[in-house]
Amino acid sequence: MDFLTEFPSMDRQELRDLKKAIDGGFRDFSREFGEAIENFFEPLLWFLVWFEKLLQAAPWPVIILALAALAWLGSRSKTVVAGCALSFLAIGYFGMWHDTMSTLAIISVATLLCITVGIPLGILMARSDRTQTAITPALDIMQTIPAFVYLIPVVMLLGIGKVPGLIAVCIYAIPPIVRLTNLGIRLVEKEALEAADAFGADYRQKLFGVQIPLALPNIFAGVNQTIMMALSMVVIASMIGVAGLGVPVLRSVSNQYLALGLMNGLAIVALAIIFDRVSQRFGERLQRHRRGIEHG
Amino acid sequence: MAEVKIGIEGLYKIFGPRAQSVMEDVRGGMSKQELLERHDHVLGLKDINVDVAPREISVIMGLSGSGKSTLIRHINRLIEPTSGRILVDGQDVLAMTREELIEFRRHRVSMVFQRFGLHVHKTVAENAAYGLVIQGVSVGQAKEQSRKWLDRVGLSGFENHYPSQLSGGMQQRVGLARALATDAEILLMDEPFSALDPLIRTDMQDVLLGLQEELNKTLVFITHDLDEALRLGESIAILRDGAVIQQGNPQDIILHPADDYIFDFVKDINRSRVIEAKSVMTPGESVDGPSLPHDLVLEEALPIVSAAKLNQANVVDADGQAIGSIRLGQIVAGIARPAESGDQGERYR
Repeated sequence: MDFLTEFPSMDRQELRDLKKAIDGGFRDFSREFGEAIENFFEPLLWFLVWFEKLLQAAPWPVIILALAALAWLGSRSKTVVAGCALSFLAIGYFGMWHDTMSTLAIISVATLLCITVGIPLGILMARSDRTQTAITPALDIMQTIPAFVYLIPVVMLLGIGKVPGLIAVCIYAIPPIVRLTNLGIRLVEKEALEAADAFGADYRQKLFGVQIPLALPNIFAGVNQTIMMALSMVVIASMIGVAGLGVPVLRSVSNQYLALGLMNGLAIVALAIIFDRVSQRFGERLQRHRRGIEHG
Repeated sequence: MAEVKIGIEGLYKIFGPRAQSVMEDVRGGMSKQELLERHDHVLGLKDINVDVAPREISVIMGLSGSGKSTLIRHINRLIEPTSGRILVDGQDVLAMTREELIEFRRHRVSMVFQRFGLHVHKTVAENAAYGLVIQGVSVGQAKEQSRKWLDRVGLSGFENHYPSQLSGGMQQRVGLARALATDAEILLMDEPFSALDPLIRTDMQDVLLGLQEELNKTLVFITHDLDEALRLGESIAILRDGAVIQQGNPQDIILHPADDYIFDFVKDINRSRVIEAKSVMTPGESVDGPSLPHDLVLEEALPIVSAAKLNQANVVDADGQAIGSIRLGQIVAGIARPAESGDQGERYR
């Protein structure tokens, strides 16, 4: 009864050939198109490098002031601003300024990229159930497949460096913004939309005048989640050559440097908390109309 | 023939994925129940034929599930019918292209909703200006133009509030101002006052009647409340299970209910406030006594006639010409609650 004890698997030789064929096929593909794809991402790389250099070259007080000002614009909260300034002072004091600026650069660019791609994708998804069913499994895969697995084709295609790192971060971080944009638009009250229809609003007028404004709380939750997930990819991205706080963490793992790992890890946490608080407060402030709901 | 502003002809609406294919069965007389059991489709509207006269309030009345909200949404095509025609000023709404329909909704018809349908992220002023902004008027100018309507419905001073800061009655005033601001000649009102407290509702009815006197819109008003229908409607259509079971003016419906269902509806109505002198008068003859306008309700005719020497009065038309006479007995009989069919007065014999 071999049939029951041995799984009827593919012949070893055939399996090896299949894997070889896939590997070979993809290798040929990257040889053929690798350069074209790299050229396509050239402007992105240029922008990322420029932004990183800017952050690193600017005098540190200017950066701290600018970050505090941004935190104020976003949150209008003195606590958040003070926390932000103190965190960056501590980061600098413990010698992590340079790496933090690199991380800040890649996170900012990754978030911008995710927003510019993710929100339109979410809008598209909300437009019809068919696109939703088509896109949802792709998002599921992007969120659950181990990052190391998609690092392989990305590195094969683009080599090691900032752009493949950025793409890896985006693959992991884009699903929440897409999902929550879709959800937010779908949750907009039917009455509000029907009124827009009854007064003759066209698709654009409904989208920009009613759906997106009413979906903003959810869209902002998505932006917030995207930033958090991008930050959590910093260490993995450093494995394929992205400079930043992930590099020393990686080094401390292989060499058992507890203090180094802890400090850089905490710096990532500090960045995460600042981003989170500022973006959340900003989202809340956009909801002025929700105040005064207690009126009977 | 009377003038027709909105003509609804042979309108059917079946909800379900294969509506067209079950149309034949429905035309063949299949009932709502049978349709649901055999084909799993819901019959929303069945062979509706209603003519809406211009410049008056036409009420469509029915209980929940009767299809009244579905019917009103066909007029501006928020819902596509399965079969039938909708003519507005003789133009077929269903034949309009996407662009024509948008133009139609922007300029010729506006709507007020049961649950207000306000945009909660916009201020009162922005909500009132919405229809104009959609037309392409600049936001500043639209607010300027819609301000007079906010004043007219009694909301000056609330321009910068958000809807969530207002009570239900005030929110619906915003809805009304928004609908009036586009100057559309047709106003569709889908149970606009049903979500309001009784006192506020009467208040809003007064506001609406006051506005209508001045504006003379073609107004289609949906309600489940017979008192409201009788108070506002110059003509009333009663809907049940997706079909019109009686159409007429309030007098007709109260005095000649088409079937037991409507009879049950109207029997508890305060008849003295609805029935007019001309409905109970003896036509033709002229008597010795005061003169009453023909559309005076019995409630108001009663003290005049009972004070008159011979307890009788003449009824005159709008031009002051005598068209008949009325006696105290006729008024009292008109006010009396009608007996159930069958036990005519037997209880008191």
